[in-house]
Amino acid sequence: MEALETSKLTCVVVGASHAGVNFAFALRKEGWQGQLILIDADPDLPYHRPPLSKTYLSQMEESSLSYLKAEETYARENIQLNLGRRVLSIDREARTIQLDDGTEQAYDKLVLATGASAWVPEVAGLEADMPVFSLRNAGDVRRIQVQIGKKTDQRAVIVGGGFIGLELAASLQNMGLRVTVLEREERVLSRVTAPDLSHYFQKLHQSNGVEILLNQELTRIQKTETGLLLKTKDGRGVEADLVVFGVGIRVNAQLAQQAGLDVSGGIAVDTSCRTEDDDIYAIGDCTLHFNRHYQRYLRLESVQNAVDQAKVAAAAILGKDVAYDAIPWFWSDQYDVKLQMVGLSQGFDRCVLRSEAEHSFSLWYFKAGQLLAVDAVNAAKAYVWGTKYLKSQAPLDPVKVGDLAVDYNSFLLLPESQANNSQIEV
Amino acid sequence: MAKITFITADGSSRAVEGHTGSVMELAVSHGIPGIDGDCGGVCSCATCHVHVAPEDLDKTGQASEIEKDMLELADGADEFSRLCCQISLSEDLDGIQLRVAK
Repeated sequence: MEALETSKLTCVVVGASHAGVNFAFALRKEGWQGQLILIDADPDLPYHRPPLSKTYLSQMEESSLSYLKAEETYARENIQLNLGRRVLSIDREARTIQLDDGTEQAYDKLVLATGASAWVPEVAGLEADMPVFSLRNAGDVRRIQVQIGKKTDQRAVIVGGGFIGLELAASLQNMGLRVTVLEREERVLSRVTAPDLSHYFQKLHQSNGVEILLNQELTRIQKTETGLLLKTKDGRGVEADLVVFGVGIRVNAQLAQQAGLDVSGGIAVDTSCRTEDDDIYAIGDCTLHFNRHYQRYLRLESVQNAVDQAKVAAAAILGKDVAYDAIPWFWSDQYDVKLQMVGLSQGFDRCVLRSEAEHSFSLWYFKAGQLLAVDAVNAAKAYVWGTKYLKSQAPLDPVKVGDLAVDYNSFLLLPESQANNSQIEV
Repeated sequence: MAKITFITADGSSRAVEGHTGSVMELAVSHGIPGIDGDCGGVCSCATCHVHVAPEDLDKTGQASEIEKDMLELADGADEFSRLCCQISLSEDLDGIQLRVAK
């Protein structure tokens, strides 16, 4: 690919969260000379989303958003911010987008960083004026905070025991609310972690006073004299003063779909984050990409994926030969527990526990002898070494992994002849 | 109020002032190149790596255990390395110099 002469070109980015903002700054760093416009429906200066369910929520009136970049740095990098504006459609032939204020914006390169929306399922009895919330944006958190107000002894029911649900549960419990988690599956975090970790987090929440109800599918919500009553499929009734849905997301793929792009399971992109249209790229939570490490199509909802795809797309647009080839990583903070995950454990046939203490351990997932992923609970060293081993792809000896007498730097599987000299730098 | 000088990868230096939050937040709010703070300041990403000037290390203190572990993922970490999201701003830091890691 030839380097692009960009001074007379316009790049438009739809979505100014982790992916879009990092992309814009990366594109300037790569040398884009032309116009660069970031558009988002959210009126707030772009901010970090992960703290929303944690410190931002629990600090109530003292909470302030953690901005991705300072306002003046957008001007310094000549990045135009167009916030509080929705993009309605894309005209691929004319290479324009249509905005909700009736204006049109031409582009030479278009980047879709549209992310996802919290999904609220259709539940019988659910009405708009009920204290029922979801959590994706700063505005969502402010609405929950208004509902809580000074009454921090309210009964909160979280529907869905995924990461958002459990982080919320921890925050609300810490704030004094009485929290119940309703989970449809037989364990929490069922979509994202292996059973051992689900059980750990279930116990962690229970020991902090959160009630966890498993195998509970919500079928109806109704108002009572004192609040809300949630009915589940097996006839159970749970009372609540407020309800938060954390049951997953729906990719914001409407724009791409209406423009005729492939959106089955996410906006399809190649290894350079380009869609089937040469001038349209997509990055972050909204994309579906083929992951080389795991040899399958993935849609990842994470800061890592957003930031790494942003860098790849920026380099690709400037004509560099790049390929997205990152190992996924993720974290979650609940109470005083830090979970760090690297790799993807789905499909493992062996899980090795390395236990330093009750609240400090790691799980190492293997498939056919190959390390797939490491989940580390208050064990940053395990996370760091897991990352190194995953990058090196060197075969490990699972027995050594589980043996506390063996150091992290000595997990390699070695032929008998080298067994006496098994410490190797990875 | 603490004045902190950042020396960036191109060798230029910028002094900025702040009084609350972390050093990472101060750097990001002033757009110091090389300090990304991708995880928002929870010691999860190692993108706010700085080298503390040796004479200032007693003011910032050494890296914590988890910080030391995470620094193993950063390039060029040494005994003066810190993840600056883990350094809280206070008047004690006034005048320190931090070199942004490459």
